[in-house]
Amino acid sequence: MSKNKSEYLINRHDNQYEVVIGLEVHAQVTSESKLFSTSATKFGAEPNTQVSLVDAAFPGMLPVINEYCVKQAIKTGIGLKAKINKRSVFDRKNYFYADLPQGYQISQFKDPIVGEGKVILDMPDGQKEVGIERLHLEQDAGKSIHDLDPKNTFVDLNRSGVALMEIVSKPDLRSPDEVNAYIKKLRSIMRYLGTCDGNMQEGSLRADVNVSVRKKGAKEFGTRCEIKNVNSIKFMQMAIEYEANRQVDLIEDGQTIDQETRLFDTKKNETRSMRSKEDAHDYRYFPDPDLLPLEISDDFIENLKSEIPELPDEKKKRFIEKFKLSTYEANILVSDIETSNYFENVIKKSDVKLATNWIIGELFAALNEKNLEITESPISAGNLSKLINLIKDGTISGKIAKTVFEQMMEGDKDPKKIVEEKGLKQESDPKALEALIDKVIDDNRDKATEYKSGKVKLFGFFVGQVMKVSGGKANPQLVNEILKKKL
Amino acid sequence: MSDITKQSLSELVKNIKGKKLSSSEVTKAFVERSEKSKELNAYITEDYANALNKAKKFDEKPNLDLKLPGIPMAVKDLFCTRDLRTTAGSKILNNFVPTYESTVTQNIWNEGAILMGKLNCDEFAMGSSNETSFFGNVQNPIDKNLVPGGSSGGSSSAVAAQLTPITIGTDTGGSIRQPASFTGTVGLKPTYGSCSRYGIVAFASSLDQAGPMAQNVKDCALLQEVISSYDEKDSTSIDFKRNEYSKELTKDIKGKKIGIPKEYRVDGMPKEIEDLWKKGIEFAKDCGAEIIDISLPHTNYALPTYYIVAPAEASSNLARYDGVKYGFRAEGENLIDMYEKTRSEGFGAEVQRRIMIGTYVLSSGYYDAYYLKAQKVRKLIKNDFDDAYKKVDAILTPSTPSSAFKIGEKTNDPVSMYLNDIFTVPVNLAGLPGISIPAGHDTKGYPLGLQIIGKAFDEQNILNIAYAMEEKINFKNNITDWWIK
Amino acid sequence: MSIDLKTIKHISKLSRISVDEKKAEKLAGDLNSIFDFIEKLNELKTDNVEPLTSVAETTLKLRSDEVKSKNLRDQVIKNSPKENEDYFVVPKVIE
Ligand SMILES: [Mg+2]
Ligand SMILES: [Zn+2]
Repeated sequence: MSKNKSEYLINRHDNQYEVVIGLEVHAQVTSESKLFSTSATKFGAEPNTQVSLVDAAFPGMLPVINEYCVKQAIKTGIGLKAKINKRSVFDRKNYFYADLPQGYQISQFKDPIVGEGKVILDMPDGQKEVGIERLHLEQDAGKSIHDLDPKNTFVDLNRSGVALMEIVSKPDLRSPDEVNAYIKKLRSIMRYLGTCDGNMQEGSLRADVNVSVRKKGAKEFGTRCEIKNVNSIKFMQMAIEYEANRQVDLIEDGQTIDQETRLFDTKKNETRSMRSKEDAHDYRYFPDPDLLPLEISDDFIENLKSEIPELPDEKKKRFIEKFKLSTYEANILVSDIETSNYFENVIKKSDVKLATNWIIGELFAALNEKNLEITESPISAGNLSKLINLIKDGTISGKIAKTVFEQMMEGDKDPKKIVEEKGLKQESDPKALEALIDKVIDDNRDKATEYKSGKVKLFGFFVGQVMKVSGGKANPQLVNEILKKKL
Repeated sequence: MSDITKQSLSELVKNIKGKKLSSSEVTKAFVERSEKSKELNAYITEDYANALNKAKKFDEKPNLDLKLPGIPMAVKDLFCTRDLRTTAGSKILNNFVPTYESTVTQNIWNEGAILMGKLNCDEFAMGSSNETSFFGNVQNPIDKNLVPGGSSGGSSSAVAAQLTPITIGTDTGGSIRQPASFTGTVGLKPTYGSCSRYGIVAFASSLDQAGPMAQNVKDCALLQEVISSYDEKDSTSIDFKRNEYSKELTKDIKGKKIGIPKEYRVDGMPKEIEDLWKKGIEFAKDCGAEIIDISLPHTNYALPTYYIVAPAEASSNLARYDGVKYGFRAEGENLIDMYEKTRSEGFGAEVQRRIMIGTYVLSSGYYDAYYLKAQKVRKLIKNDFDDAYKKVDAILTPSTPSSAFKIGEKTNDPVSMYLNDIFTVPVNLAGLPGISIPAGHDTKGYPLGLQIIGKAFDEQNILNIAYAMEEKINFKNNITDWWIK
Repeated sequence: MSIDLKTIKHISKLSRISVDEKKAEKLAGDLNSIFDFIEKLNELKTDNVEPLTSVAETTLKLRSDEVKSKNLRDQVIKNSPKENEDYFVVPKVIE
């Protein structure tokens, strides 16, 4: 494998292969109740306690659609700069599985609620646009549990009927790194919008990964394989790497690739063909006769547009233009809605440059060390802002600020109080400093003489002594000035 | 009071409201007659003890403002009833006890009626003779070994034999009107969206409608008034202004324009049917209606369209019967084996046949040729009616192409069985209301029905026409109680 | 047209209904006569006809996002053929 610039290619003998990736992301819609039923969607409930008669497909039960889920899908579509379809249709996707109580999944096939859109990725060598093919609403299935009993599989239907947005990308991705950036960007957009919490551990974001390979420069796509239901970015990357190499090996071996559905085995780090694929390709889609076409008005869409917050791309642009941040800084600060909110709260009342440095530097490092999210930060935006102001107005030095910051990390304390209680206030009274400096010079007569005779390097020694004697509180700038005069 | 079971619903309501009869007396009378009528096999599940209890409770604190005060009734076993077994006529639901109530039956109980039991029907409502029921065929009270029609065959038999004063059925392609016609009773299939489908075991979602079955038009109107409601739990329920059909019922149909579609003169139609139709036209004229010849050019394509659309929807609607959540399960070596055995042993032959047809017409490579094609023809059929209703207020046709036939006569020939619904199916495809009223007898003395088809949401109009014609026709059902020893 | 035994086997697989040879032959016969009858639709030209899915001439009504269905585990599990208080149980599935 070679990496020319940031191009991801697979080398075999004299051939170079390009990897073509498309993703079908399943994002759980943030909502209180399910897409077609009124049961709860909370994560982690006791098995089968959030299952209505509709979810368990009892005879005569009928679906009734949740307006909020429709709004969430449209908002997401707006966030993806996509076309919103004023008329969409729900179809049944028919197949049998233990965790699919109806024997079909209600999904959207021919007429999805959202059409083509795009996502911009910031890659190390510039921006990359990834096309969105469509976004549609569908029901999640239940969960099969295979390891509770040697002979039986247990089924929990709590997830059954939860609203998902399936976001289908065009086959525009070319490397595991791009997939990483794409998922993160999608997640970021949806979290800004509040349409999906993006929690991958809880399964709120999963993807089917379509992988094919072709010789570099080829126009035609190769035969693709779909790796089902991968639930972490790391696994997606590993699966792609494995799968792409498997396909290249087959081609190099003169074999053909079967278009098929595969599973990623996280223990063995390999993909393998799914056993139950037999008739997986005949879903017999047809419009669900229990549901009429979904028609939405321009007003409905316009109202939702007015609720859309500033999204990461726009926010980044504003940060760079208004606050003169570097692209690097802006990217970091907008990547997550919580971080950008924190940043904007800090700079409401304090210096932008200092705030940027303190957040990206000290704060991130400290949070990282404690394994905390920004929302769990022991230091509130308000108190960080106060700390920055204490530095800015000379009350404390940058060095002292770090001490104060460390104390703040132990619990959200007002930095002013810490400074007062511990007496950390910077000494900026010239008279007091003069007295201090006089004493230091007095105690180091010989060194002072050396300095005067030309050993200017000793200036640093005097500064250090003064700081030491002052317990680090002396205003360094004033110390410099006064020392120069006195020496 | 003797002969309680001979009274119509309206008479019973009047007598209970006038305190001439108690609910207990009425319920006891129908329960006793039902018990003596086991040979008809009209019931799948009897709930007599509960019914008598409820009647007693009603009498202790009677609410006489209700529309069906203390009236006992049995319902088709396709309606889910809380705590009472609901089978849909199938082995696969043999042991299924719902914890919920269908909206239509709830509406009935809300008006004071009392459930006596669940009536036999073709399995999942798929049949025209009640012979596909897992619980055996039903006898038509008209004659021994005669089918009562289907799929609401238990319902038609029970009303005709006066085991229940009224009942409800469901109609996907004629399942209320054809059995009504076969038993000399009145059956209404309402406009699609008039009665909620919530809690009714689904056959074909875009066609299924619940409707009333009764001995006369007035009873039918009253029951329709009770069961029809807008229901937020059914996304295809329609919020339109519903009449008080029984109160607004009138025999004055002077000047109403009634269309006679020439395409309903099908090849090989028995002369008796032709004559009945002619007689019906005369009656309509006598009532002051204006008769207008019309054309419904795609009539002949309705049945083939229906036999694509209905099985397609059914194949998907019946996928939930997989042995996992409820109902019958056959043990299997693995999940797929369990599914295949459960469904093969749990469903009867006709249901399996229709699931296969439905699966086939939706399967890849055939969807456009069959399912999509059928949806397009369905549109043409609906357009036919839309055009016709620019000229007429209602349409008059025979209900069925023949009178009731013998049990076993058509079981080996599915297509000839399907032809029973040739006059009723177009109405479902177009979502219109249609009523069948008894209009005469054939040479064997078996009843024959006429169908009046209305505009969407115009139930009142066809009920009025039926009400007026009923008086002129003056039909008498000759039932000898041959099954009571 | 003719529906052969292979097709019957295929659709029985899709339908999850097992068929043996005898049943397959009977089904093939029935389905062929039914499809002969259905083929009548081919007489019609429908190129420019809009397909009709539902006769209900209204649009989908939207419900508010409220949790109304509470914990129904007992009710939901009650009817299931395999005894278990918490789960639905099926023969072991191996992916
Ligand atoms: Mg997929
Ligand atoms: Zn999906």
